[in-house]
Amino acid sequence: MSRIVLLEERCKGCLLCTTVCPRNILRKSERFNHQGYQVVEAGDNAAECTGCAACAVICPDVVIRVFRTRKARDGRGGDA
Amino acid sequence: MSDCLIKGNEAIAFGALDAGCRCYFGYPITPQNEIPEVLSALLPEAGGSFVQAESEVASINMVLGAGSCGIPAMTSSSSCGISLMQEGLSYMSGSHIPGVIVNMSRGGPGLGDIGPSQGDYFQAVKGGGHGDHRSLVLAPATAQECYDMMFRAFELAFKYRNPVMVLGDAIVGQIKEPVLRRPPADAPGAAGLEERAADWRLEGYGRRGPDATPRLLKSVYLAEGALAARNRLLQEKYEAMKAETSVACTDVDDADLVVVAFGSIGRIAGSAVRLLRAEGCKVGLLRPVTLFPFPEAALQQLAKQGKRFLVIEQNLGQMIEDVRLAVRGIADAAWHGVMPGLFIGADALLDPIRDALREI
Amino acid sequence: MTMTEDLLAPRPDEELVFDANPVQADRITHYCPGCHHGIAHRLVTEVLHEMGVAPQTILVASVGCATFTYDYMLVDSVEAPHGRASAVATGVKRARPDRIVYAYQGDGDMGSIGLAEALHAANRGERITVIFVNNTVYGMTGGQMAPTTLLGQKTTTTPKGRNMATEGAPLRMSELMAQLDGVIYAERCALNTVRNIRAAKKAIRKAFEVQRAGLGYSFVELLSGCPTNWHMDPVAANERIGKDMIPVFPLGVYKDATGGRPDGAAKEADHE
Repeated sequence: MSRIVLLEERCKGCLLCTTVCPRNILRKSERFNHQGYQVVEAGDNAAECTGCAACAVICPDVVIRVFRTRKARDGRGGDA
Repeated sequence: MSDCLIKGNEAIAFGALDAGCRCYFGYPITPQNEIPEVLSALLPEAGGSFVQAESEVASINMVLGAGSCGIPAMTSSSSCGISLMQEGLSYMSGSHIPGVIVNMSRGGPGLGDIGPSQGDYFQAVKGGGHGDHRSLVLAPATAQECYDMMFRAFELAFKYRNPVMVLGDAIVGQIKEPVLRRPPADAPGAAGLEERAADWRLEGYGRRGPDATPRLLKSVYLAEGALAARNRLLQEKYEAMKAETSVACTDVDDADLVVVAFGSIGRIAGSAVRLLRAEGCKVGLLRPVTLFPFPEAALQQLAKQGKRFLVIEQNLGQMIEDVRLAVRGIADAAWHGVMPGLFIGADALLDPIRDALREI
Repeated sequence: MTMTEDLLAPRPDEELVFDANPVQADRITHYCPGCHHGIAHRLVTEVLHEMGVAPQTILVASVGCATFTYDYMLVDSVEAPHGRASAVATGVKRARPDRIVYAYQGDGDMGSIGLAEALHAANRGERITVIFVNNTVYGMTGGQMAPTTLLGQKTTTTPKGRNMATEGAPLRMSELMAQLDGVIYAERCALNTVRNIRAAKKAIRKAFEVQRAGLGYSFVELLSGCPTNWHMDPVAANERIGKDMIPVFPLGVYKDATGGRPDGAAKEADHE
């Protein structure tokens, strides 16, 4: 699986990322950060992340880091 | 390094070139066009950059840009054009950016005429732009002074990181006189001026070594107290500029009446004073060479010696206010105005000076 | 290690495919939620970082919401008076011709009060890059009509909507730029979709490459959202760009006089 890390304190809750995720992983959370914004979170299906980075590309606030799992056929998996 | 017979405007251009000006930005306006005309030919040859800008608004902001890089840059214009530059001058003052501005002023208000005038005195010395902005103001009276003052103008601009204005008029700019084109021995030149900007100029932070951080030149300070701190710095700077005050005095030591006049009128008043001295009148001349800082101390000293003052200027009464402020509580100052746009000779000033002498 | 630091470390089978770039300050911006200035800042700083030119770059900031752009882009910077960024950038570039110089201007700054400076800098072919953010409204001052405001668009100074008869039509900067011989590259992009954002980054890269090669003036217009002053949530604002703005401001390359220069040249625009 690939994964994203949400730097919640940077989030302004604009939710643009939720509109571009091909797996609909992202959703509005019930939490507020110190800026006072209701932040985005990865839902229960976070494991479906493909590492496409669309969410990070559209995020105006550099909230999201994207880690893509190398495919086994790359021959690069394991101890990179 | 030779003697040449040139106009004041040409002397400005040669002075700028010899003083190390690297960039000129300007828009045509009479009576200062010889300045861009000379520099358009000579500045690129000297490795500098000349741009005929689309307006005076653009000109001054180009000066701001080049000045922010710590590169000696200037513009020149006349009254109406200088009005358009006031916003840029204020930003330069607020951002601590050097630059030289030449105003070969015209008669005003409005489009006025292209004759001699000192109607821009207030605009030049009181800031002109918004906020507590000040420019250092130098007032040449001869073509030679036009040449020499460009060295001083660039030095002061870089010393104080502030706009410096050279204020003349049609007489100063257009009169053709012999000029010694000799840079002062201690003139820093372009390289010397640029070196003085080493600790603040914009150049791309990579120039400053591997651990350098970006620099920022700005005038906006929104945080509580930040603008106050900034303006305190400016106030200290304007105060420090007082050390640069200079005057040219003739026959003041034994004078009962001191004529105060600057620029072209200062020169004509000087001739009148000489004529009256020949008649035995005890008159002298104090010609402010810096208009900001204003020579308050010199005037106060003369006032304390019991001398009286007559201000002569080619406007409806501007510098008189600064003279009265300088000598307040000690002496009064009389005033004689010459209408902007008129060309006068020394003879036109004899009676006003005689009248003032009689009233002492 | 804190939990976040732990999460931010790539695992052995992982590759970090999206990270912050070091030319963009690690600082939360003052921009409103969903404002596209943040995306524009990221694209510009990513390009400067990827080209390796940030240490040789000087930014000219303008006036408006983007006044404080220098707080987020880590390069030597100077503040220009309102509308004058292209003139200030001219002065900077003439003073330091070997530096990368760019101005970042909004629609009011460049298209209204600074139109003369913008067009003349372009027409002189100043070797600068201008990033033009068009969100059809004055943001910082509270949502007044901009030169690019759409017909019918309600703003605080067009309460009944912009009217052709009294306010004229929206100003198309990319089209104006394309008429000028000094302009080597002009492209209009949008920041409303992932695909358009990726195309915008290519355009910005191209614009800076044009400058690096000393070819002349380069210009990128970015159609951007201002949810606050459009009185929309950010998702609706993004939809408006596609639905209302792009038909008036068509995307694409308006001028490419590079003739294949510089190397790594023009790829086909890939806008939606």
